[in-house]
Amino acid sequence: MFPTILFFIFAAVLIGAALGVILSRNPVYSALLLVLCFFNASVIWVLLDAEFLGIVLVLVYVGAVMVLFLFVVMMLDLNLERLRREFAGYWPLTVAVAGFAVFAMINVIVVKHLGGAGLQTAPALAANYSNTRTLGVELFTRYAYPSQVAALILLVASVAAIVLTLRQRKGGKPQDIAQQVAVRAKDRVRIVKMASEKKL
Amino acid sequence: MQGIRSFIKTFLLWELLQGLWVTLKSMFQTKITLNYPEEKTPQSNRFRGLHALRRYPNGEERCIACKLCEAVCPALAITIESDVASDGTRRTTRYDIDLFKCIYCGFCEEACPVDAIVETRLHEYHMEKRGENIMSKDKLLGIGERYEAMIAADRAADARYR
Amino acid sequence: MWDWTPIRDWLSGYITPYWTFPALTVVQALIVMIGIILVMAVYTLAERKVIGWMQLRRGPNRVNLFWIPGLGQPFADVVKLIFKEILIPADANGFLFRVAPFLALVPALGIWAVIPLRPEHAFANIDAGLLYVLALTSMGVYGIILAGWAANSKYAFLGAMRSAAQIVAYEIAMGFAMVGVLMASGSLNIGEIIHAQRGLFGWNWTWLFPLFIVYFISGVAETNRAPFDVAEGESEIVAGFHIDYSGMAFALFFIAEYVNMILISALTSIFFFGGWLSPFDGWLSSDSWLAQPSFFWLAPKVFFFMFVFLWFRATFPRYRYDQIMRLGWKALIPVTLIWLLVEGIMVYSHVGPWKGHP
Repeated sequence: MFPTILFFIFAAVLIGAALGVILSRNPVYSALLLVLCFFNASVIWVLLDAEFLGIVLVLVYVGAVMVLFLFVVMMLDLNLERLRREFAGYWPLTVAVAGFAVFAMINVIVVKHLGGAGLQTAPALAANYSNTRTLGVELFTRYAYPSQVAALILLVASVAAIVLTLRQRKGGKPQDIAQQVAVRAKDRVRIVKMASEKKL
Repeated sequence: MQGIRSFIKTFLLWELLQGLWVTLKSMFQTKITLNYPEEKTPQSNRFRGLHALRRYPNGEERCIACKLCEAVCPALAITIESDVASDGTRRTTRYDIDLFKCIYCGFCEEACPVDAIVETRLHEYHMEKRGENIMSKDKLLGIGERYEAMIAADRAADARYR
Repeated sequence: MWDWTPIRDWLSGYITPYWTFPALTVVQALIVMIGIILVMAVYTLAERKVIGWMQLRRGPNRVNLFWIPGLGQPFADVVKLIFKEILIPADANGFLFRVAPFLALVPALGIWAVIPLRPEHAFANIDAGLLYVLALTSMGVYGIILAGWAANSKYAFLGAMRSAAQIVAYEIAMGFAMVGVLMASGSLNIGEIIHAQRGLFGWNWTWLFPLFIVYFISGVAETNRAPFDVAEGESEIVAGFHIDYSGMAFALFFIAEYVNMILISALTSIFFFGGWLSPFDGWLSSDSWLAQPSFFWLAPKVFFFMFVFLWFRATFPRYRYDQIMRLGWKALIPVTLIWLLVEGIMVYSHVGPWKGHP
């Protein structure tokens, strides 16, 4: 009973926050509402006993990705008027995509997966069930190669992103700290012996 | 060889550990801060603190309104007005020192031919109201009367070197 | 620290058993929170004292409490801060400006839910405890970013940006160091991480020494403490992200920072120094009270690392910002990666503490 109430509360906040993300006028508010979305999604996952996924969602998206998003949004001087006009022009496409997504979800969950028998509660998990362990075992046995391939693709993508944006500025004077530290007095100072001058 | 040694040193954080050792040692050294109101640093008898105007032992004001101090004051902190007193001597009617302007250089003391204006070793004073920074003649004389013993002793101790 | 059964029994006479658990948890959480805030208050004094001593000064000693000079200082400070006005700049984003201090403080206190302060006890003994810790430590940055942005000041914004980039960078090194701990203990549960360590030289710090160093350094960077305190950088950007805060709003940031420091110290002692395990465990017979695991073994370890935080601050000059980034990305992360490889080889060939592993 209690988890059900919690579920509906968090689901309602999730939907509200998601609407806020696209309707908010201030891009920083949009980003923050997206953080709220992630949080509620994570709570719902935890309510569904998927605590590992829930926490990882917060860790990765809230802790790292959204921080960088906020970083960019705060630095950019966004032209909101133009963005909003363009946004308004896209609504038929948006509705089509959203409709397709909803249709696909209903199709997969209700019709295919449950055979149209309506939503049922999942079977109770064993007391010592650890979904961290289960996930790890799955990832490192059955899905070992797919996850390696995915990791490789991500690595290539990140290397490519760095290479595309890396520009060596001409005339910059970067320090080589190792070189600076390694300098010894005898490398820089030369002591020259000179005969003393004669008094006139 | 040098390179390898510095590489190993870097990863062992050797220089950082040296720094930490210095601060750890100094943590147990005797502290040099004094507990101020209870303990005070020794003062020189030449200390230049709050000003005072002195009198002769018979009660006569020393100041003869020569205005040398006013002339020498680099911060223009001294204002003097003078008049002829009832006994025919020249006396100040106004002798103001603005403590906010004063830089406590001691030139007024040096310039004074009669040792009238002096700087005492008082340095723990404060003002609570606007205008209290102006030391009027009465206040200066009052300080002089109150601390005459100390002022005289300080002058006497320093007399050899003047 | 003590047995709760009599209190639970007494409570169940008044309310239904369904509510005794939440009620007791709330009470315990309050006790721990008040305890942490008190430790934090004394910690602020300790910081000023220790740094003073290291600089041959005496530190605050005017406000006496229980005849100990200076002990009343933090409480006097709190009273002062409470009575100060909380100013909100005219161009600030009022809502975010007000919310930011709480966003900084809440994660700092929330993490204590999974920290086992005494053997076999944590408010939430969850399986993914270590991940929870990582997730919430990364949450703390929101308070800082929002404070910097909402204040609508260049200095505050610079501080926030520096802090955000720094925390994201050092989180990676920190996470990798924790991966090493995971490999050693084989569990994400903090209680089991502690149990996997045995005896003074079997604690993780011996075999994971580089990871311990990396973890602690990134912990210092994560809490924006000297020598990585460019987010505040009083000599460059005045006070960084909390420049426009005053009174209790500022105090909340202050509390969050110090609670985070206590937390990093606690986590370091849990992950690498056996938490509440006794250093004499295995040397003395297990009936001896010295060999028993208890809160009183955790506390000195935590206090030691808290002291190290202050020691660092008194010793090292502030890093320049690009050097902080260089250290994080080019020194600490490679070190962790190499040591993870070494550790992997050790685990695979059953060397050291992994001798008995299947």
